[in-house]
Amino acid sequence: MTTPLIERSAAALAQALASGETTSVELTEAFLRRIAEVDGAVHAFLHVDAEGALAAARASDERRAAGTPASALDGVPVAVKDVLATEGLPTTCGSKILEGWRPPYDATVVARLKAAGLPILGKTNMDEFAMGSSTEHSAYGPTHNPWDLDRIPGGSGGGSAAAVAAFEAPLAIGTDTGGSIRQPGAVTGTVGVKPTYGGVSRYGLVAMANSLDQAGPVTRTVLDAALLHEIIGGHDPLDSTSIDQPLPAVVDAAHAGAGVDLAGLRVGIVSELGGEGYQPGVQQRFDEAVELLVKAGAEVVQVSCPSFVHALAAYYLVMPSEASSNLARFDAMRYGLRVLPEGVDSPSAEDVMRATRDAGFGDEVKRRIILGTYALSSGYYDAYYGSAQQVRTLISRDFEAAFEQADVLVSPTSPTTAFRLGEKLDDPLAMYLNDVATIPANLAGVPGISVPAGLAEEDDLPVGFQVLAPATADDRLYRVGAALEALLEQQWGGPLLSADKLALETEEHA
Amino acid sequence: MSTPTELVDFDEALASYDPAMGLEVHVELNTATKMFCGCPAVFGGEPNTQTCPTCLGLPGSMPAVNARAVESAIRIGLALNCEIAEWCRFARKNYFYPDMPKNFQTSQYDEPIAFDGWTDVEVVTENGTETFRVEIERAHMEEDTGKSLHVGGATGRIHGADYSLVDYNRAGIPLIEIVTRPITGAREHAPAVARAYVAHLRELIVALGVSEARMDQGNLRADVNLSLAPVGSGGLGTRTETKNVNSFRSVERAARYEVSRQAAILRAGGSITQETRHWHEDTGVTTSGREKSDAEDYRYFPEPDLVPVAPSREWVEELRATLPEPPRARRSRLQQEWGFSDLEMRDTVGAGALGLVEETISCGASPQSARKWWLSELARRANETGTDLAALPITPADVARIQALVDEGKINDKLARQVFDGVLAGEGTPDEVVASRGLAVVSDDGALGEAVDRAIEANPDVAAKIRDGKVAAAGALIGAVMKEMRGQADAGRVRELIVERLSS
Repeated sequence: MTTPLIERSAAALAQALASGETTSVELTEAFLRRIAEVDGAVHAFLHVDAEGALAAARASDERRAAGTPASALDGVPVAVKDVLATEGLPTTCGSKILEGWRPPYDATVVARLKAAGLPILGKTNMDEFAMGSSTEHSAYGPTHNPWDLDRIPGGSGGGSAAAVAAFEAPLAIGTDTGGSIRQPGAVTGTVGVKPTYGGVSRYGLVAMANSLDQAGPVTRTVLDAALLHEIIGGHDPLDSTSIDQPLPAVVDAAHAGAGVDLAGLRVGIVSELGGEGYQPGVQQRFDEAVELLVKAGAEVVQVSCPSFVHALAAYYLVMPSEASSNLARFDAMRYGLRVLPEGVDSPSAEDVMRATRDAGFGDEVKRRIILGTYALSSGYYDAYYGSAQQVRTLISRDFEAAFEQADVLVSPTSPTTAFRLGEKLDDPLAMYLNDVATIPANLAGVPGISVPAGLAEEDDLPVGFQVLAPATADDRLYRVGAALEALLEQQWGGPLLSADKLALETEEHA
Repeated sequence: MSTPTELVDFDEALASYDPAMGLEVHVELNTATKMFCGCPAVFGGEPNTQTCPTCLGLPGSMPAVNARAVESAIRIGLALNCEIAEWCRFARKNYFYPDMPKNFQTSQYDEPIAFDGWTDVEVVTENGTETFRVEIERAHMEEDTGKSLHVGGATGRIHGADYSLVDYNRAGIPLIEIVTRPITGAREHAPAVARAYVAHLRELIVALGVSEARMDQGNLRADVNLSLAPVGSGGLGTRTETKNVNSFRSVERAARYEVSRQAAILRAGGSITQETRHWHEDTGVTTSGREKSDAEDYRYFPEPDLVPVAPSREWVEELRATLPEPPRARRSRLQQEWGFSDLEMRDTVGAGALGLVEETISCGASPQSARKWWLSELARRANETGTDLAALPITPADVARIQALVDEGKINDKLARQVFDGVLAGEGTPDEVVASRGLAVVSDDGALGEAVDRAIEANPDVAAKIRDGKVAAAGALIGAVMKEMRGQADAGRVRELIVERLSS
């Protein structure tokens, strides 16, 4: 019995295309059908572009027929988080304020996907302007976790993770400012990678916090992530913060890792990221995964990163500060929503701006704009933004010291499995704690991956295993991630995710 | 606080108060592309045709620094004897305005590219030419905003307009803002120092070739900050900031006006409101703009989308080596070379003719003739047509050739004016105009002799005087010959012929 197309990895699909077993059009249609069947329940997509995707698929098939594929993944469809500008396709960032906006240009990541021949299935749901850890802050309604539709799919990239977990797309692009690729990856049983800061161009990524944002792959296998990473990564002159040096050989590293020989690898367990406050089932799966790495030859060391305890506080100063400035451009003057205030005869520009922002921004966005405006205001700058930047320096030093003792650092990706929709909506601080293990990497700019580590005993929900590496050493993530994935699949007898486990098409959820 | 209706006389004001000035000058650079994107940075064009996602501030767009603009900033800094930062950053200046695409301006805040400089300016006083040193606090890089056009309403201002249009062609054009330290101690010369400083800065900018520096087109915009303190107190009073003053003369007038206005308020026991003010060219007064307290909060923070600018010391030294001769040094060198009097030099500089005269001389004309043509003949015509001297359709080489024709005796000064007419009318080179208009002087003895004979015959009284030895009277006969020959006679030869005929 052959695996249905939609359940195969992107690498396997690329093979099927290369061998002529299927065509990109067939493949794209299969995913579009799956979206039509299950997205009513999952709500991973904000916009599906069937026409555009099929046109790209036809072009891809022509290239295959002519023997000139544009890349290894030419013809394999992809979903893109709605925070990336797509020429002519709606781009809303999950916000009412951008409802109906169609950018006149492509983000560099999108341009590279197109150049590599990947049909874009559509735009995925997200917390408004990427602010949240549950995708409940989308102005267009929450995304549901395919493992349990009453649970959150993580955030802010819940749409991308859920689309991949629900087999609506083999590949997706997410963005990670404080964990928004890795944490959704963890709670949906998918692979999520945050590349080194500057490793993938931010041009066209609608900024939440410029110094933290990073686009990256969301996939079902480590090799798929590497293949996608290779397409979107590398220097871009339009983003002056993008790294001007060759991308590390991530695909080679993923292949090498699958050989599960980790002899000589030093794995550092970060004392501050685990134990107390972490769900027992999460901690248990993490500990078991570390044991597997040891069996494969890795040496384990305990490392301490004392400044990590301040990471969350620093993050919640830097992020809203930058966001408050970035969101100032949404002023109803040139694009997006425009609301005229009621009961005002000849409203001023300020009146229109006020009414539009009041109607167009959700509570979480307003909360962070106010926080950020306050933190940057004169007299408070040094105490807040300035101190937060100093904490970043300390965190970077902690990383440097830790990476002298270990080649990679590991931790559970998220302290808990997926919580229930609505459970933490009224408690922003509890929500923020979900990113406690992922945030330090963003503050320091180092890369990280989340790999599925199994299901927690107490709730049968996915647990993520995080691997962090020094800046620009993204290849190490793929080596360790691929090794762990191979070891776990041997143990499980196959991938963690399978369509029959999800039971999405049942009436009660549709 | 009462608003005084009477201004205090300027000299009277100075009896009680010391003025302190600070000048902020914005220079629009003439780079080919904008500060942070590849759009053309040219003036004009159909509205919103020179734009892209970045200078429109569209969501997701990102800036990338124009290296040429950084180079210009460094050269300006070096010309103003500034330190050049080894490492500096851009910052975001957050405020709302409809013509500002991102609602923050990418600028520099506490880390400018150039700082701690100085420049000397000269002012003519009762003691002759005095030099004042102006200290430069900083010169930093930033981007220009778009331009609003308010349609409807009487004033052209946003208030009362039916609607507003915004043109983003100018958004993102690179600007350098040059800020002085407070200029104190200039006393009654303060307004003249302000004017001289802005004029000096313009000269420097033009010499560097980094901007067209045209004040009438807004390439160079000056803000005049002024405050008064009781005489001898040594302190600084509350200042006002008069924005976008757009001529040298207005800079001086605005400073003078603010001294008189502020003195009147202070004398009446009032206090000065810290605010921006608008200068009105027609009435010569400033009026209140928006109040600007120190509490105004731009929420500056380092621009996270741009990597720091770290000009290498080698590069800075390379740029230092390419600096043009400082205008003041150049002027004194040229004055000496040309043998001009102080007045002649000042007029030449004042007319904006220094470079034109220099080029004309390098094409072979004598300094005095070059000065004469540019400052009399051509300055008059430029004035009549309301154009710049440099914009007249004639080259220094043409002027030098016309003078050469005079020196060679082919034409005289009077004919030369007709040659200028021809060249300016686009009839060709000076030689072509002489040929096509038939302007060459007649020095052929046969034709001249006949005309001289006729003149002697027609003026027997004058001829008799000359015969009696009053040679000075020959002028009248020369005039008659000239008239007959329509100005094209060689006056020297005519005189010789008259004397020849009447002495025999």
